Amino acid sequence: MTSSMKLLIVEDDREAAAYMVKALSEAGHVADHAADGAEGYEFATSGSYDVLVVDRMLPKLDGLSLIGRLRAEGATTPVLILSALGHVDDRVQGLRAGGDDYLTKPYAFAELLARVETLARRGQASAGDTVYRVADLEIDRLSHTCSRAGQEIVLQPREFRLLEYLMRNAGQVVTRTMLLENVWDYHFDPQTNVIDVHVSRLRSKIDKGFDKPLLHTVRGAGYLIRDGAR
Amino acid sequence: MTALGKLLRTTAFKLALAYLVVFATLSVVVLIYVSWHANALIAGQLNATVNAEITGLAEQYRQGGIRRLVAIVEERSNRSGGSIYLVTTMTGEVLAGNVSGLPDASLAEAGERELPYQRAGETAAAPYPAVVRVFVLPGGYRLLVGRDTEERERLSAVISNAVQWSLALVVVLGLAGGVFVAKRVLGRIDAMTETARTIMAGDLSGRLAVTGSDDEFDRLAQATNAMLDRINELMAGLKEVSDNIAHDLKTPLTRLRNRAETALRTASDEDEWQASVEQIIADADAMLGIFNALLLIARAESGGGRDQLVPVDLADIAESVAELYEPLAEERGARLTVNAPTPIRLLGSRELIGQAVANLIENALNYAAAAGGEVAVSATTDEDGARLVVADRGPGVPEADRARALERFVRLDSSRSRPGSGLGLALVAAVARLHGGTLTLEDNAPGLRAVLALPLTPAALPEPSTPALAPPRGARAV
Ligand SMILES: Nc1ncnc2c1ncn2[C@@H]1O[C@H](COP(=O)(O)OP(=O)(O)O)[C@@H](O)[C@H]1O
Ligand SMILES: [Mg+2]
Repeated sequence: MTSSMKLLIVEDDREAAAYMVKALSEAGHVADHAADGAEGYEFATSGSYDVLVVDRMLPKLDGLSLIGRLRAEGATTPVLILSALGHVDDRVQGLRAGGDDYLTKPYAFAELLARVETLARRGQASAGDTVYRVADLEIDRLSHTCSRAGQEIVLQPREFRLLEYLMRNAGQVVTRTMLLENVWDYHFDPQTNVIDVHVSRLRSKIDKGFDKPLLHTVRGAGYLIRDGAR
Repeated sequence: MTALGKLLRTTAFKLALAYLVVFATLSVVVLIYVSWHANALIAGQLNATVNAEITGLAEQYRQGGIRRLVAIVEERSNRSGGSIYLVTTMTGEVLAGNVSGLPDASLAEAGERELPYQRAGETAAAPYPAVVRVFVLPGGYRLLVGRDTEERERLSAVISNAVQWSLALVVVLGLAGGVFVAKRVLGRIDAMTETARTIMAGDLSGRLAVTGSDDEFDRLAQATNAMLDRINELMAGLKEVSDNIAHDLKTPLTRLRNRAETALRTASDEDEWQASVEQIIADADAMLGIFNALLLIARAESGGGRDQLVPVDLADIAESVAELYEPLAEERGARLTVNAPTPIRLLGSRELIGQAVANLIENALNYAAAAGGEVAVSATTDEDGARLVVADRGPGVPEADRARALERFVRLDSSRSRPGSGLGLALVAAVARLHGGTLTLEDNAPGLRAVLALPLTPAALPEPSTPALAPPRGARAV
């Protein structure tokens, strides 16, 4: 799966931070903790991190100002904003301030992990490639075609976007909310499992009839497309 | 603060005091002006009289010398009146006249002056004031002609008396008036303050007294009472909502607790533990969902984010959300169709309207899909504005329950067995209100027609910023 990342967690709630550091290290990552905005700024500028996880409300220097300051200095490290403020415009504000993703508290750790890992890989991701490939599955982003083992697969436009997102993050767990956000551009959480039905439709198109399944369900977290052999 | 201090501190009293100073100054100025003019007038008259006497006497002196003068003076001195005369020799020996007790040397030189004098033969009395002219005649004779000025002095006294009295009167009346007005005002203000205090102490039913005089106090009292009515209303609403919330959160919380307890008692192996904990997390998530929905409703209700509304395309929202639910509908055996032929631009929140449409579709799928019917989503415009309709062929909502179903935590008896928290329609209604629109439930004969009516924003709006979806629009099954 993903190689080990180095993370900085800027969070004033020590208990929450300790939990995060522990859970991240269990997932194979290294995390530093800064307890306020000023300390966070110091850490962020002196160390090299793959992702910063920044709480919005922080003593000394609030999260958005911290991000603004780092961005003004040209830092491009991806930032995940954590916040108890979860309204639409709070999110917009956070992203405008220079955050790359926004997660509302309380969150499931699986959600945090998936988002952080996706952010860390953003740099290496093949967003610019026209063809994505996972094992013998292939999509062409220009002609909007999909094939597996040379066999063409007909996808609806939305199915194509769903697969495109999964394949851009191949090897990476993506959560249902991430899919809803990135494929449908909605941030609310539906009462029912709408996303699951979409994924299982997609799965029946790309995996059915092939002996090696590529689209996997990760229990309690989300979905993952990968070449099972690896 | 003493009662007097309080009284003196009132605006009414301060105002009265200011008026008092103005009026007192004014009356003093008027009286001084009058007395100055009266004085001048009297002085002029005195002068004229003395001059006339002198002209007369000078004539006599020219004709008959000192002897004639003495005789005339003698004669005039005996007349009663305000004029005084005196003729003396160089050494001060009185030849004729009706004056005595003049200050020494008052005859030494010619000229005009003011002197005290006594009438000849009245030595006991106090001297009178007079204005006199002294002439030095050839041979050292002295002639004094003058006029008593007591009248003038008396007038001055009368005027200064008047000044004092009127001043005193103005001050006394002004103070009394000020105190009276201040007391009245203070009385009403105190009554209002007292009522306000009891209201603040918790008795929200108290109201300020309205006297019916329709003065400024009445108007203030009326406005304040109206405000209190509104506060009462809001408080009642708030209380009801928080009571409901407390009550409705008890149910999932109890369930969660029971589950944890059961797990503690009966779970025997790793798998059972795992399953229980997962269930507990799911329950907690459901509660968080309720909180989020409540917060969202509260936020929309208070108009929060109204300034964040941007141009959006309602047709696009309807299509994309319907598209999101289409596989689910199919799985549930329903057919979901969208009719959103033309873009509908309005000022709104894509996120909130999207959530609202999702809630309506979810309801249709939850309560009506079992009937196997069709769920029709449409977004159209007419002269009243934009309409987003989600119509199903299920059991519908009885007319009597339609308004109630929009309230928080209300679930109709027929649907209690299904999962849900009764917040879905409340959220849709709040979103509608935030956008200046309404949510109404109608009879789809059979089924439910949920109509979200949103006002269209004025024509000249920039293009919506939401990316248009690739597939062409039209009436079709997605
Ligand atoms: N399409 C529908 N058909 C029949 N009944 C409905 C429909 N939509 C809503 N209702 C009724 O209105 C109630 C309130 O709905 P809602 O506010 O969405 O809460 P919930 O769905 O969580 O129960 C539902 O419990 C149901 O009884
Ligand atoms: Mg509902």
